[in-house]
Amino acid sequence: MSTTLLPDHETTQVLDRTVVTRPSLRDTLDQSLAMAWRALKKMRRNPEQWFDVTLQPLLFTAMFAYIFGGAISGSVQEYLPIVITGILAQTALTASMATGIQLREDMDKGVFDRFKSLPIARIAPLVGPAIADLARYATAATLTILTGLLMGYRPGGGVPGVLAGWLLTIIAGWSLAWIFTYLGTRARSAQAVQGISMMIMFPLTFLSNAFVPADTLPGWLEAFVKVNPVSLVISAVRDLMNDGMVTANVGWALLGCAVIVAVFLPLSVRSYSRKM
Amino acid sequence: MTPVPDTDLAVAASGLVKTFDDFRAVDGIDLEVRRGEVFGVLGPNGAGKTTTLKMLATLLPMDGGEASIFGVDVRRHPHMIRQLVGVTGQYASVDENLTGSENLWLFGRLQGLSSARAKVIAKDLLERFGLAEARDKQIKTFSGGMRRRLDLAASLISQPPLIFLDEPTTGLDPRTRGQMWETIRELIRDGSTVLLTTQYLDEADQLADRIAVIDRGIKVAEGTPDELKTSVGSSTLQLRMSDPDETVGAADVVRRVLGEAPVLTPEAGGMNAALTDANQAADVLIALRQSGLSIASATVQKPTLDEVFMAITGHSAEDETHEPQMEASR
Repeated sequence: MSTTLLPDHETTQVLDRTVVTRPSLRDTLDQSLAMAWRALKKMRRNPEQWFDVTLQPLLFTAMFAYIFGGAISGSVQEYLPIVITGILAQTALTASMATGIQLREDMDKGVFDRFKSLPIARIAPLVGPAIADLARYATAATLTILTGLLMGYRPGGGVPGVLAGWLLTIIAGWSLAWIFTYLGTRARSAQAVQGISMMIMFPLTFLSNAFVPADTLPGWLEAFVKVNPVSLVISAVRDLMNDGMVTANVGWALLGCAVIVAVFLPLSVRSYSRKM
Repeated sequence: MTPVPDTDLAVAASGLVKTFDDFRAVDGIDLEVRRGEVFGVLGPNGAGKTTTLKMLATLLPMDGGEASIFGVDVRRHPHMIRQLVGVTGQYASVDENLTGSENLWLFGRLQGLSSARAKVIAKDLLERFGLAEARDKQIKTFSGGMRRRLDLAASLISQPPLIFLDEPTTGLDPRTRGQMWETIRELIRDGSTVLLTTQYLDEADQLADRIAVIDRGIKVAEGTPDELKTSVGSSTLQLRMSDPDETVGAADVVRRVLGEAPVLTPEAGGMNAALTDANQAADVLIALRQSGLSIASATVQKPTLDEVFMAITGHSAEDETHEPQMEASR
C-alpha cells in the first residue's frame, strides 16, 4: 500500500515490547538498502545475470552498425551517432525487462515467504532489486559507448555530453523497469512475464527512432514513433551526446520517466501487497 | 491507536474461513492458544492447517472470521502482527544464494538491528543450532535438516513472543526429525508460545500441550494428547492367522480377552484390536496359544494419525482426495 510510505508511525505496547503500527520512512529506506545488498550478492554469485548487459551491447552495436550503416546513412561511420544512441536505449530496455522477469522468479522462491512474514515495508522487496539493477544499466550503457568509441564513434558532445547521455540512459532504464516490475507482480510465472515483456519491448524499440530517422516512416507510424517514450529518451540522449546540448527533448524524456515511475511504482507495490 | 487489551490468549480466532475458487479450504475454524503453551494443529495433507496458519501470520487474507494475536487484530494491524510472530514454513524460507550467516544478517537488518548487532545474533544463533561450520557456505549446499534448522533460527532473530511452526519435520529422516524435536523443546523451555502444525500424531504427542484435530477445513476434536489417544486406545495389536479358516475363532478369543471385538482386515486371516495397554498383547497371544490357534504374525503398534482419524471422523486420513493446490503453493 502507498500508506506504508507515510512517515507517521505510532507505537503501542504489546506484552513487554513496543511495536509500531507501520514502518517509518527511515525503516523503509534501511530495509530497501538491505534488499539491494541481497540483490547485489545474488548478481555476483550468478554471473549469467550479466550476459544480457555485457554480450548484447557488444554484439548488437557491431551487428546493427555494419548491417544497416550503409543502407541507412550511406556509411557505417555516419550511422554510428544514430545507432549507438539507439542501442543504448535498447539495452537499457532489455536490462529493465530482466528486472521484472527476475523479480517474478525470485518471488516464487521460499525466501519471499519470509520477506512477507517480516515486519518490513511492502515496497522494500521491490525497490531493493531496482536499486541493485542500477549497476546493470550502468554496465550496459558503458559497454555500448565503449564499443562505439572503438568502432570510431566520435560524439560531438564531448565528455560532459557523453556522461549526461550515459546518466539519462540509466535513469530511463530504471524508470522503464517499473513497467516490467508491475508485470512481474501480476503475471503467473516468469515465462509469462518474459512473453508479455517481449511483446512490449519489440514495438517500443523498433517503432521508435532508435535505428532509422522517424521522417522516413509513413505518417501514421511517425505519429506513434514521436510519442513513444523510448523515442523521447533517444532524442534526448542524441542531443546530449552528439550535440552537447540540453534541449527540451531532455525535459520531455525526464518527464516521461517520472510519469512511468509515478504510475507503475504504486501499482507494483499494491499488486505485490495483494499477492499475499 | 487504542491500547491493546491485556489478554491471556496468544491466539484467539473464531470462524476462520478461506475459500479457493469454490473450495472451502478452511471452513469456520476456532482456535484459542494460551500464552506459554505449545498448541498442535493435527491433520492430514490438505486439511487446511497451513492455510489457517498463513491467515494468522498475515500471509493470506482471511475470507471470514475474526482473529487476534496477543489482543492485536490480525486483519487491521498486519504490520504489528508481523512484529509479534516468527514464522517457520513448511518449505525452508531462506535464500539459496546466501550463506548461513548472510541469511541471518539480512533478516536481522530487515528487522531494524544494526549491522554489528545483526552479526552477533547471527553468530550466536548459528552456534546454538549446530550450524557453526556451515556459516560461510551457501544454502544450496545445505541438507534438508540444516535448512530447516536455519529457517527456525531465522524466525527467532527478533525473539518473537509467538512462534508458528508449519510442519517442521515433514520430509526429514527420523534422525534429523529427532534433532529438530530437541531444538523445538529447547525453545519451549525458554517460555515461547508455539503454534505447530503436523501430520504426525507422535510429533504432536511429543511436543504439544494441547492439540486440535483438523479435517477438511473443520476442527473435529480438541484436547490434550492423552485425551485424544484414549479415544483410540494406546496401541493396536495387528494379528494374522496362519490358517484363514481360524479367523473367526481367533476373533472370538480376542474379544473374550479384551472385551471388544477386533476389526477384521482385508487380507486373509488378518485383524486389528485396540489395546488400552500394550501389555494386553501378551494376554491375547497366550489365550490364542491355549486355544490351539496358530498365528503367522503379530505386531503391536502405537496408534497412528489414521486411527485417530478413524475414531474421530469415521473415515481414513488417507482417502482425502481433494487436496487443494493452494496448500502446497506459496
